[in-house]
Amino acid sequence: MKRRNFIGLAGMGAAGALLQGMPALGRTISEAEALVMRADAAAKKRMADVALQAARSKGATYTDVRIGRYLNQSVVTRDNRVQNVANTESYGIGIRVIANGSWGFAASEKMDNDSIAKTAALAVAIAKGNAKLLTEPVQLAPQKGYGEVSWKTPIEKNAFEIPVKEKVDLLLSVNDAALKGGANFINAALFMVNEQKYFASSDGSYIDQDIHRIWPTFTVTKTDKATGKFQTRDALSSPMGMGYEYMYALPEHKLTGGPTTLYKGRYDMLEDVQAATRQVAEKITAKSVEPGKYDLILDPTHLGLTIHESTGHPTELDRVLGYEANYAGTSFLTLDKWKTKKFNYGSKLVNIHADRLQPGSLGAVGYDDEGVKCGEWEIIKDGILVNYQTIRDQAHILGLPASQGCCYADSWDSIQFQRMPNVSLMPNTQTRSVADMIKGVKKGIYILGRGSYSIDQQRYNFQFGGQLFYEIKDGQIVGMLNDVAYQSNTQEFWNSMTDIADKNDFRLFGTFNDGKGQPSQSSAVSHGSSTAKFEGVNVINTARKI
Amino acid sequence: MAILSKDEAQTILKKVLSFAKADETEVNLGGSQSGNIRTARNAVSTAGEVSNLSLGVSSSFGKRTGNATINEFDDASLEKVVRRAEELARLAPENPEYMPLLGPATFKESIGFNNSTAAMTPDTRAEMVAKSLKVAKDAKLESAGFLQNSAGFRAMMNSKGLFAYNKSTDVSFSITVRNQEGTGSGYIDHSYNDVSKLDTLALTKIAANKAVTSAGAKAIEPGRYTVILEPLAASDMLGGIIRGFEQRTADEGRSFMSKKGGGTRLGERLFDEKVNIWSDPMNPDLPGSTWSGDGMPVDKTVWVENGVVKNLACSRFWAQKKGIQPLSGPGGGRFGGGGMIMGGGTASLEDLIKNTEKGILVTRFWYIRMVDQQTLVQTGLTRDGTYYIENGQIKFPVKNFRFNESPIIMLNNVEELGKPVRSGSSILPPMKIRDFTFTSLSDAI
Repeated sequence: MKRRNFIGLAGMGAAGALLQGMPALGRTISEAEALVMRADAAAKKRMADVALQAARSKGATYTDVRIGRYLNQSVVTRDNRVQNVANTESYGIGIRVIANGSWGFAASEKMDNDSIAKTAALAVAIAKGNAKLLTEPVQLAPQKGYGEVSWKTPIEKNAFEIPVKEKVDLLLSVNDAALKGGANFINAALFMVNEQKYFASSDGSYIDQDIHRIWPTFTVTKTDKATGKFQTRDALSSPMGMGYEYMYALPEHKLTGGPTTLYKGRYDMLEDVQAATRQVAEKITAKSVEPGKYDLILDPTHLGLTIHESTGHPTELDRVLGYEANYAGTSFLTLDKWKTKKFNYGSKLVNIHADRLQPGSLGAVGYDDEGVKCGEWEIIKDGILVNYQTIRDQAHILGLPASQGCCYADSWDSIQFQRMPNVSLMPNTQTRSVADMIKGVKKGIYILGRGSYSIDQQRYNFQFGGQLFYEIKDGQIVGMLNDVAYQSNTQEFWNSMTDIADKNDFRLFGTFNDGKGQPSQSSAVSHGSSTAKFEGVNVINTARKI
Repeated sequence: MAILSKDEAQTILKKVLSFAKADETEVNLGGSQSGNIRTARNAVSTAGEVSNLSLGVSSSFGKRTGNATINEFDDASLEKVVRRAEELARLAPENPEYMPLLGPATFKESIGFNNSTAAMTPDTRAEMVAKSLKVAKDAKLESAGFLQNSAGFRAMMNSKGLFAYNKSTDVSFSITVRNQEGTGSGYIDHSYNDVSKLDTLALTKIAANKAVTSAGAKAIEPGRYTVILEPLAASDMLGGIIRGFEQRTADEGRSFMSKKGGGTRLGERLFDEKVNIWSDPMNPDLPGSTWSGDGMPVDKTVWVENGVVKNLACSRFWAQKKGIQPLSGPGGGRFGGGGMIMGGGTASLEDLIKNTEKGILVTRFWYIRMVDQQTLVQTGLTRDGTYYIENGQIKFPVKNFRFNESPIIMLNNVEELGKPVRSGSSILPPMKIRDFTFTSLSDAI
């Protein structure tokens, strides 16, 4: 495909926007080159030692080195044709130091010993320059060295080993099913990421990690010439920290019995597009919602984004402290609220955990980008705010003995900083099914899928849409609705959560491209939950005439 | 050196094409140099400088195309990248929408490069930011900001003899100033082609003043209000609509430009007659590229005249299919083809306020997302200075609102337009709009 076609993807919606913002899009390589190893762990250790020694000799009191190879593959189709296949690689070294109490950072794609030593010296010089404007010296939480260790995403099939042709055939068959089923247009795409990251620090860690992510997605469009109306339905897939095995769903990965099949841990793209094609036609003629208060039953394919925006972001400690005030925003969850140990964030059923361990999740790694072994901790316990998300130079602010392992950089040439771990809503410990929850709703809406989303800079007021809206009357689903969005306030919303399904319904939602920082960096993160019920939420009708 | 001159670029491109064996070959060369400095809590948090230069080759055999890129420029590397693109082209599927490359054309010399902006250094950036930090510290306020400048060039040559070159610069500065109690917040965000126009001290004072005057906001009922949008707010709301002026999606029935019963709304009066929108790569405040990525010239284009839709952008493939002329889109400013320019009058923001009996003054919007692609209804929130106006005067700050509104409806409800200024990648006037829909209140400051 032409470069102009690649740029032209901006018109494709979510997938196009993602491509434009995809991190570490480096040089174009062939499909086969992605599978050739650039350097083994021993070679990377030698390079890292050059950097560690050079930085120390220039006066660094702490150094960490990241040697990163970032591989991206995307296969993008529209209707009956392939729009773009891209294989890219970005490879280089980033060196971060503390000197005279300040951080300094420099990066280079030149990997010979001389260039590495020069880059390390530059990082120290930058730290010393920054130290002249220093107000508070960096306080780094202690971190023991782990020696030479490694971690790998537990994949079954490396997606980069699956021939592009097989992926193209799958997407074109998905498109064919939609067009044959009566859709007017379809865009379908597969995005794959492999981060090969080597971390070494003056604490004595040498960490080799191999991280995989995958995201299949589509948008089906149906137009109605007579009325001039059109509707779309996006895939109910989730980006995952998995290999190509995500694309093979067995019956045990499917939740049936509701208005559409839902997927747990694996995904059946062909089956979902057939459902989407039927549903997008139904959306054209669906009833416009009557605004008012409704009980909402929110599926994990939808609720994940609400968790991301209203729990994940406001508990990022750098936002709380004001470091993101000019870009991502600040937070209503200020330290004084946390210190009371009784700030009522949500109802007693609301238990939210942060983790970087959850198998299959986008945030799962063995160690973060400053060499901290990853774990799990409570952020909201029985509805009360109990913790935040921290990295090594923030842990002392909360009186924590160690970092919580939330450091991430989207490329070897980006400075690592605090990013969101997986943040998930815990399922009901009692047995509870979605069907039983719906039976108890008199006037409600069952919402599935990710739609339009917007939240204020301190994370109080939000508005969310979705992909599919089903009206519930007296415990029964009676039909589809259109033009639905709900507005609420974070604290009020989480206090209105009165029910949640058990672990059998627990699924991961993910976002591939969460932006933060200036210059902006992207990160991928998952949010698990079971279907939950929120009572008396304000629903608006979004339809207007132009 | 990442910014190559026209001659330097031409020499490299010719050499690359000399290795080509495909039916058609297009080579793109681009480079940029950019630097930034970020502050938070009244201190510098990070600073950086990035430079890159890369070359991309597109080789086509029939309707099969392969792409390869490289950032090494010795002869062997240049030949290697051509061979790789040709190899990938042979393996690629046929693209039914492939269009033959265009031949030579004369493009206007772009006016986007400013030497002073290109010459900025870490020291000049630090000095500009130091002035800004002093304003906040002296006033006992807390600031967080970002200053970024860039210089870049791009050049293209193809096997049919087309050659195009463009270079540009840009500098942007934004700052959020908050009072220590966290009850007031102000913001500015300005971009310029020429750094001599950037006054970080004056801009920070505006943001600091808003941080003070927006404190103690009162809650008023959401509903439909007359609003006065500062150019930043207008650009937040309208900057994206220009992308919808596009023929193919309109013909396909999936755009606000699609007509009931089929066809497009080209020629219809879609907006108030005070609305005039165009793009112009030769505008000195918002210069853009004079050629598009596929080698078409980019000229001044009128998109809306007295409320009537005058043009829709159209790709070469779609134009051929429909038997119409292709037309380059307006791009996104900077390295694209010049952004959206909206005409106005001569009134200042103060004049607009003076003529208002009852209304809301909006500094900026935040987190705008599309709610309905059919009507372009968007949602988002006000922030960093929202004020109640009565009898021609700002009376008091009000709590922030969430809105749900369509820019199409907005541009039908235009009461008055002020003097246009550049805001981000657009040039827009401050504007008074009636019946703007606020749907709820936010506690955010």
